[in-house]
Amino acid sequence: MQSDRNMPLPESREIERRKQWMGVLARATATQLEAALAECGPLPEFEYLRRPEIGMVMVRGRADAKGDQFNLGEMTVSRCSVKNADGLVGHGYVAGRNKRHAELAAVFDALLQSFEHGSVCREVIATLAGEQHVARKKRNAKTAATKVNFFTMVRGED
Amino acid sequence: MYVAVKGGEKAIENAHKLMGEERRGDPSVPELGVDQILQQMRLAVDRVMCEGALYDPPLAALAIKQAAGDLVEAIFLLRAYRTTLPRLYASRPVDTTTMHVRRRVSATFKDIPGGQLLGPTFDYTHRLLDFSLAAESQSSIAVATESEPEGPMSRVMDLLGDEGLIEIPTPNDQQHVSDITHDPISFPVKRDARLQSLARGDEGFLLALGYSSQRGFGNNHPFAGEIRMGEVAVSIVPDELGFEVEIGDITVSECEMVTSFKGNKEELPRFTSGYGLSFGYNERKVMAMSIVDRSLQARELGEDVSAPCQDEEFVLYHSDNVEAQGFVQHLKLPHYVDFQADLVMLRSMREEIMKQDTHREKSGEEVA
Amino acid sequence: MLEHRVDTTEQRATDPALDNQRIFRAILLTMSRPGTVTTLGNLPGHPGGLHPASAAVCMALVDMDSPLWISPDASEDVATHLKFYCGCPVIRKQEECSFGLVLNGLDLPDLERFNPGEAEYPDRSATLIIQVASIEVGHGVRLGGPGINGQTLLNITGLQADFWESMQQNRQRFPLGYDVILTTETEIVSLPRSVQVEI
Repeated sequence: MQSDRNMPLPESREIERRKQWMGVLARATATQLEAALAECGPLPEFEYLRRPEIGMVMVRGRADAKGDQFNLGEMTVSRCSVKNADGLVGHGYVAGRNKRHAELAAVFDALLQSFEHGSVCREVIATLAGEQHVARKKRNAKTAATKVNFFTMVRGED
Repeated sequence: MYVAVKGGEKAIENAHKLMGEERRGDPSVPELGVDQILQQMRLAVDRVMCEGALYDPPLAALAIKQAAGDLVEAIFLLRAYRTTLPRLYASRPVDTTTMHVRRRVSATFKDIPGGQLLGPTFDYTHRLLDFSLAAESQSSIAVATESEPEGPMSRVMDLLGDEGLIEIPTPNDQQHVSDITHDPISFPVKRDARLQSLARGDEGFLLALGYSSQRGFGNNHPFAGEIRMGEVAVSIVPDELGFEVEIGDITVSECEMVTSFKGNKEELPRFTSGYGLSFGYNERKVMAMSIVDRSLQARELGEDVSAPCQDEEFVLYHSDNVEAQGFVQHLKLPHYVDFQADLVMLRSMREEIMKQDTHREKSGEEVA
Repeated sequence: MLEHRVDTTEQRATDPALDNQRIFRAILLTMSRPGTVTTLGNLPGHPGGLHPASAAVCMALVDMDSPLWISPDASEDVATHLKFYCGCPVIRKQEECSFGLVLNGLDLPDLERFNPGEAEYPDRSATLIIQVASIEVGHGVRLGGPGINGQTLLNITGLQADFWESMQQNRQRFPLGYDVILTTETEIVSLPRSVQVEI
């Protein structure tokens, strides 16, 4: 099989960027990615390296938040790997049971690494990341409104 | 003893059809959608995911619909579904210190850095039935403020740890992590296996145990150091990538209980602690879990193991509601032959005793 | 009595999950009927040195919870391929593996070192997948024991001669012991620990 070790070892900065977009792709919905893909223009042909499949991830926690690991429980995950004729490989790993989501994430992961499609796709990712950030800010603002502002009541004469 | 009994097939089939009809209820009332359960019965969904030990909100909602709202049955359905999927990865441990907090309260420090964030809660409600909810269109709009909390919040346990008042855990990530879904529990149990059992344990059972501890059966005087609820990222390290990627966020609840101190000639006294973590928003569950986790540390802390909540065999063997309901409910299966044996035995015992009595009476008469 | 050569490739499905089920079913059949040869079919796209039948067996049985040991003569591609498609850890310690893959039956490792399970859990033993050149029924080594009606004859080429003695020793410690799946390019035959070998 074609594995990533055939490619030149990416710089750590490249890895950081890839980690970031993979996180954004995982948090987006399949519908959003479907629409975003349409904006990316003509695309290369991809074939499956590993067909979309559903499985589980055992989620771990830490005792006392910072101590030894323990198994909390499982969550569903979908994954998919694709490659194109140039040997460009993309992987998708997303929470939930939407195979199409995993496939789209894999296609985007491959495109984002390519020279010709990279820049267009990065804009798409930036938009999605922005939307995710706004949603989180909105939620945080609602939480902030429930913050307790203590005031001390002075009792007695002095 | 069990004996195969035939002849119930038609009855079973019809009983299931009847259950289906009962579940649907009056057809003139619109059918409940899974999305409605997901959105409007979220805490039920969270409990099913937590005790079903599978995080997948739409699946849990479906299970609740199928079980007609019987949550233990829904948990059973989720556990059964879980066995059909391959496990592909173990995640990196979720980092609750970077949680996107939606609720955070501490009962130990009023002015904790970051503040007391009540979030969505039933606390401080009057528990008066709100009849306006019975009317159909009802909505409440949350208030948002400009200043929002961002970034990791400092933790109560860190504040205590910095002063040496509580032990700061030092993780050993090289050691094997127990998995009770693979290897049966053997005693004495490591804390990781205990926490995994408690995390999927029945809320009612853990609540009762925690309560029993508070009332004096193995009391360890707990304070809710910090309770949090919010979203954490889950990441995995696929072999083909060799680096960590996030697959999404999950909602979790967490409770850290500060409990009675220990110390001896060599060591200065310190607080001890208990920990609770669960999928979804299950505050009562994680609070109970943290008390029970602390109680189960009795052996390691050199305390007497005298109360039920301190007995790991008692707690861990009985906390799983799927196992418990299975064994209790199997009693309704045919035990005809078994019971017949008891009947025969009892009748013959009685006969024997009665025979002896009549004999004694007769011989008594003779003497008289 | 069951046919000694069963072809399961006819039910070939395009769905990988169904394919895995078909292969699992075939392995189950050969395990419960030692000496019965099953054709798994010639799935393309495997790295050199790895028989398609071995790859199919690994895909159906090996996962992240079952560490795989691969004989040291295997290329890095074989390990990478199996890690990617099975999601299994590939380990160096022979004693700790759940599955052992031997690419060349003429170059066997010390089979004694594979985990035979424990008295409480004999099922926690290793399963060995050994690649051989050919499998023929009707002549050769005499097999008997559970799952065999009377006896069956099996002739394997591309397999070290002392393998059969190892299987005899393996039988001595029943219920402990390893189980073996022999694979040609396209076929498999299974020799569970219960099999009685007459050389």
